[in-house]
Amino acid sequence: MDAFLNQVFAGLATGGIYASVALALVMIYQATHHVNFAQGEIAMFSTYLAWTMIDAGMPYWPAFFFTIVISFVLGVLIERIIVRPVERAPVLSVVVVFIGLLVIFNSLAGWIYTYTIKVFPSPFPTEPVHLGSHLFSSHQIGAIGVTLVVLTLLFAFFRYTPLGLAMRAAAQNPDSSRLVGIRVGWMLALGWGLAAAIGAVAGMMVAPSVYLDPNMMSGILLYAFAAALVGGIDSPGGAVFGGFLVGVLENLLGAYVIGNELKLSVALVLIIGVLVIRPSGLFGKIHVTRV
Amino acid sequence: MAALLEVAKLHAAYGLTRVLHGIDFSLEEGSIVALLGANGAGKTTTLRALCAMVQTEGEISFAGTRIERKATEDIVRLGIAHVPDGRGTFVHLSTEENLRLGAYVRKDKRAVEQDFERVYGYFPRLKERRHQQAGTLSGGEQQMLAVSRALMLRPRLLLLDEPSFGLAPLIVREIFDIMRAINKSEKVSILLVEQNAAMALDLADRAYLIETGRVVLSGTADEIKRNDAVRRSYLGY
Amino acid sequence: MTTASSKHWIGALVVLLVLCALPFLVSDYHTFQLTLVLVYAIALLGLNILTGYNGQISLGHGAFYAIGAYVAAVMMDKFGLPYWLTVPVAGVVCLAAGFLFGLPALRLEGLYLALATFALGVSMPQLLKYKHLEEWTGGVQGITILKPDPPFDLPVNQDQWLYFFTLAVAIVMFLLGWNLLRGRVGRSLIAIRDQPIAAEVMGVNNALYKSLAFGVSAMYTGIAGALGAIAVQFVAPDSFNIFLSIYFLVGIVIGGLASIPGAIYGAIFIQIVPNIADQISKAAPWAIYGVFMIGFMYLMPTGVAGAIRIAWARVRHRSQSRGKRQ
Repeated sequence: MDAFLNQVFAGLATGGIYASVALALVMIYQATHHVNFAQGEIAMFSTYLAWTMIDAGMPYWPAFFFTIVISFVLGVLIERIIVRPVERAPVLSVVVVFIGLLVIFNSLAGWIYTYTIKVFPSPFPTEPVHLGSHLFSSHQIGAIGVTLVVLTLLFAFFRYTPLGLAMRAAAQNPDSSRLVGIRVGWMLALGWGLAAAIGAVAGMMVAPSVYLDPNMMSGILLYAFAAALVGGIDSPGGAVFGGFLVGVLENLLGAYVIGNELKLSVALVLIIGVLVIRPSGLFGKIHVTRV
Repeated sequence: MAALLEVAKLHAAYGLTRVLHGIDFSLEEGSIVALLGANGAGKTTTLRALCAMVQTEGEISFAGTRIERKATEDIVRLGIAHVPDGRGTFVHLSTEENLRLGAYVRKDKRAVEQDFERVYGYFPRLKERRHQQAGTLSGGEQQMLAVSRALMLRPRLLLLDEPSFGLAPLIVREIFDIMRAINKSEKVSILLVEQNAAMALDLADRAYLIETGRVVLSGTADEIKRNDAVRRSYLGY
Repeated sequence: MTTASSKHWIGALVVLLVLCALPFLVSDYHTFQLTLVLVYAIALLGLNILTGYNGQISLGHGAFYAIGAYVAAVMMDKFGLPYWLTVPVAGVVCLAAGFLFGLPALRLEGLYLALATFALGVSMPQLLKYKHLEEWTGGVQGITILKPDPPFDLPVNQDQWLYFFTLAVAIVMFLLGWNLLRGRVGRSLIAIRDQPIAAEVMGVNNALYKSLAFGVSAMYTGIAGALGAIAVQFVAPDSFNIFLSIYFLVGIVIGGLASIPGAIYGAIFIQIVPNIADQISKAAPWAIYGVFMIGFMYLMPTGVAGAIRIAWARVRHRSQSRGKRQ
């Protein structure tokens, strides 16, 4: 029972990471109907930026917040400079640009930081926490906590602030948004900025466990895709739910059914399964194409 | 004194298809002007051209400023509120959120809250449904919501595109009565595009008849109403 | 028109002669690299059939390359079969695999197909390392195979023979592809890409063509994989990761989508860049690929092949108008 609970808990911890990245993906998808294939690599690169600051002597939490701010700006810049010119281009062009970004960020990290893995610190104590009679890793609890804080802040932002409302409006109905004076282009850029910031948090939370190297996020990106699809690619709530679900599922299947080496195929099966059986996921909207 | 809105030699096109071939008209501050014409005449395109939603050539002046090169978002900030055909409701947001978006560019928070009350006063049904998802409102309610959203801007000029479309006559009358009241009490100028010429001419001060992208007739509402050709083709008697 | 096409055939013959002479003029290592260029050209033509001509985005073609490579390696290493037999077998296996993958893929449009194939590409190394397949696949270590000897005691060395063998297969595959794409099949594929609903209405069996496109495309890439495995003499799971699939994507974007010569230009590009950029850093080639991918999408979306076509048309137009003025 103990082992099972630990697996579930570990699944929730990684699930929180998946939920964050999935949310970032859904935010961009909602506004643009494009999937940001480079989401993982940008997050990885942000984590390296944090590592650089910490390595230079900055304490953890200032580095954490600086990284979030820098990632936000990076996201805005990428949208304005690289994504905007291909906004209306055919799908293939956009996919190619995103894959190009993926490749550039991956190789930049490899170039600047080399491919040797680096240790990334956790801000949480190393001693495990006792909850009742069970033992839990402090980092896992901390990661879940940080994820929940980020998700709550985002929810509050979108629900209760004028800017959040404007961003939701711009994503759903850009034409009407212009008619009330919303600068839709900038809303898009802000969305990218937020997505990059969320990705950075996810990267910094996962790096202590999996060690920092340029290919750290590729598997996580795949799980995040699976989570976003399972939840419904245009449903932010679905993405979060999907993330936790996929995290727990991956851990349980890996521990009890298929073994840890094949865990990525869980993501593959989920992705293809959802796309073929129920493309709108659990909470997404069903789309009808007009002839 | 110059009119609030002056349009001269306005051409508009969707891609390679030209729809407007040189439209001229003007609107005095505080008045209601109707653009009449059959389906496809170019009335909706004219309104969209005013808001920079289509490619245009020509001159558009609003309160003395030339606006034909400005972006939609900036035109809104000058005080022009456009209620598009199809209403343009944010269907996944609540009624209240739709209204709040109408006031997006305004900085005077307290006045905005007052405007909420004013708008609910005109359309009590919206107050009942304030937390309801806007897409679930009836056609008439969505039209009320669209007009209210535009009013939340405290516009100088209100552009209404086919407000009667798909609505029961009683609801249309209700909305038109409120338009008249708004025009009188709040001095909001209105540019109205309507297929229902009879109702439009009852509300408007002046009217322009548009056929295949050109103005073919203009005058006061009474003059247009009495015009034989208009009576036969558009008023049905 | 006869003069124009006989000019084309003469040109092709000259190119062929140069290609045959090359291995005798350069070192063995360079011959090996040229062989790889041919291998990738075949793979790129395969991907181009699917993505360029038929508009189905695949970010997972590395998987079919891997299947072809492993088929060749397993046949040679575990069953002792001759190298030349592995090529058609790899082709058939991948034709089937591609067709089977294409069936559920029918329901996926553009972006979603890209997602699904991306997932395939990312998970491939793990699938290849699967414990229960280890006795066949060699697990993490992979399989090493021996370089084949030239037959009939021909006066060429192993590298040169491999080059000619690969060249022969490449010529066959390109002729096959050219024939396929310039006729009704090619037009149907393009129609499905550009106006799928109109195509269906006009009587093109979209489902059949799209699945066939997947199958044929996988077949080409699988054949390339087999040839590649033989040339490199080694297969291991980690060499078939997502970057291989992206490698192919870079190739067709730079070379030119929906273009047969584009496959060749693309193959040359992706092989040359590491040669030049490797000295700067191990990561530099990929940075260059990324920048070029994005740059080409903005500036040269029809790729090198398209740019050449446009330049050629301008030259011909100018010489025509000059002719008229005289």
